[in-house]
Amino acid sequence: MAGLEDLYREIILDHYRNPRNRGELEVPPAVQAVGFNPLCGDEVVIYVEVRDGVITDVSTGGQGCSISQSSASMMSTAVKGRTVAEVRRLVWAFKRMMSIHGSGIGGTGDELDDEPDSGNDAGDVKLGDLEALQGVVKFPVRIKCATLSWNTLVQALDETFA
Amino acid sequence: MSGDGGELGAGTRADFPLLGREVRGRPIIYLDSAASSQKPRSVLDAMNSYYETINANVHRGAYEIAAQATEAMEAARAAVARFVNAPSADEIVFTKNVTEAINLVARSWGGANLGPGDAVVITEMEHHANIVPWHIMAAEKGFELRWIDVGADGQLDLGNLDRLLDGAKLLGVTAMSNVLGTLNPIRRLADAAHDAGALVLVDAAQYVPHLPTDVQALGADFLGFTGHKMCGPTGIGVLWARAELLEAMPPFLGGGEMILDVRKDGFLPNHIPHKFEAGTPPIAEIVGLGEAVRYLEGLGMDRVREHEVSLTAYALRTLQDRYGPELAVHGPSEPACRGGVLSMSFRDIHPHDLSQVLDDRGVCVRAGHHCAKPLMRHLGVPATTRASLYVYNDTSDVDALADALGAAGEFFG
Repeated sequence: MAGLEDLYREIILDHYRNPRNRGELEVPPAVQAVGFNPLCGDEVVIYVEVRDGVITDVSTGGQGCSISQSSASMMSTAVKGRTVAEVRRLVWAFKRMMSIHGSGIGGTGDELDDEPDSGNDAGDVKLGDLEALQGVVKFPVRIKCATLSWNTLVQALDETFA
Repeated sequence: MSGDGGELGAGTRADFPLLGREVRGRPIIYLDSAASSQKPRSVLDAMNSYYETINANVHRGAYEIAAQATEAMEAARAAVARFVNAPSADEIVFTKNVTEAINLVARSWGGANLGPGDAVVITEMEHHANIVPWHIMAAEKGFELRWIDVGADGQLDLGNLDRLLDGAKLLGVTAMSNVLGTLNPIRRLADAAHDAGALVLVDAAQYVPHLPTDVQALGADFLGFTGHKMCGPTGIGVLWARAELLEAMPPFLGGGEMILDVRKDGFLPNHIPHKFEAGTPPIAEIVGLGEAVRYLEGLGMDRVREHEVSLTAYALRTLQDRYGPELAVHGPSEPACRGGVLSMSFRDIHPHDLSQVLDDRGVCVRAGHHCAKPLMRHLGVPATTRASLYVYNDTSDVDALADALGAAGEFFG
């Protein structure tokens, strides 16, 4: 049985207590997207600014539990300064890590889209600190907390290129 | 032992098989009965016995067990009618849950009686089940939806009640808030609504399981409740309504059982309550609900209420003593004015994180908006952590909750 320390890794609590890239960006040039977790009422706001295919700035707002807020914070540091193509691969790799397919739990995870056609091997994407969130998979009801900001980021990117 | 309310609590726990299990090596501390109660052995046995001895479709069967199944179902209907003091068992319509009961009223009665220029009044502390059906029908029929706000100490603000009811055709109100525990003054509201020419629909999902209920004394016109919060199974709820209203209302779902005759050019609806019970009903669940009613009658609803008032008082006192201003329990401060629903905000710990640590210690509570988002906005919180009490809880459960809150405070400290 998974224990609390599997869920609340120190780096997660650090991002929760000291969230990075917190605030708002001017819209436009930035694009804003809002994501809701209807389960718990959490709400996350993501601002992204894209120039020449590169995410030049990202900011997060909203309210939520330690998992959703730390995931948003870690996401913001992971995507800032990277190309949109890299970030889409990162999103895919993160969501694959957060997927409960194959872990025998079944049911409440997010649907995983096909791997983006990257030209590179997306399986090589390094998740780094984000791997701290892997323990969330052992707590299926919390998976949506961890993926909320990532799905909202995808919404913002889709809107940027709409 | 002053706070345990007498024989209920530890004395009834043995009746509920699930409460004998452990969670992570600790005895389960079940404090989520406002979401769904546990089931006593007698209810589980009654449902099993139905399947093992008399399982057959009800009504119209000419053979022995079909007649027995019908008899068991109608005996449950009579037991439910007696339990809420309905004048007649014909006024008890079985639904899936209270949500379906309210949707039935909104669709059937609302569809026939509401239109532009009309108004329906509901309250800010309603569960989504008594909000969204009215939003849907308002969009369709063009009537106005008005709100009674929540005021001080978790009570409805009735200052402008007469103005809100002016021209209204229906008042929809919860008898007991699933978040605040507030017991609303249903009789007073019903009298005011009737004076204004409006009918009264009572969401009694949190009331019927916990207090003696008399639909006639409450002055309601429609009253809905649900089986699984009152020791019964899931999948079975009840709409009680005055017979003349049910008679005049058009059918809700169409199909078998709800007709007297069907022709190529139309149909003749069945008598009440069958007019509103299309298709094969959840027979085993109805039998289970009937047994749940008998179980609660055996405990005595006056004793159930006394037990919960006493245990709620103990919980409010204990949490206040241990955590003071760090822990807010939303809703009325006086135990006699509320039910055993404790919606808490503890420091700035998010309810999801709080409930996770509680779960680690086997304490089952609910975190979230409790299907009451307008109320959450009023309270200015995204969510709360809710512990709720029932017949099998006692002071040891409250103590375990208080200890677990302390552990959460340390973890996130």
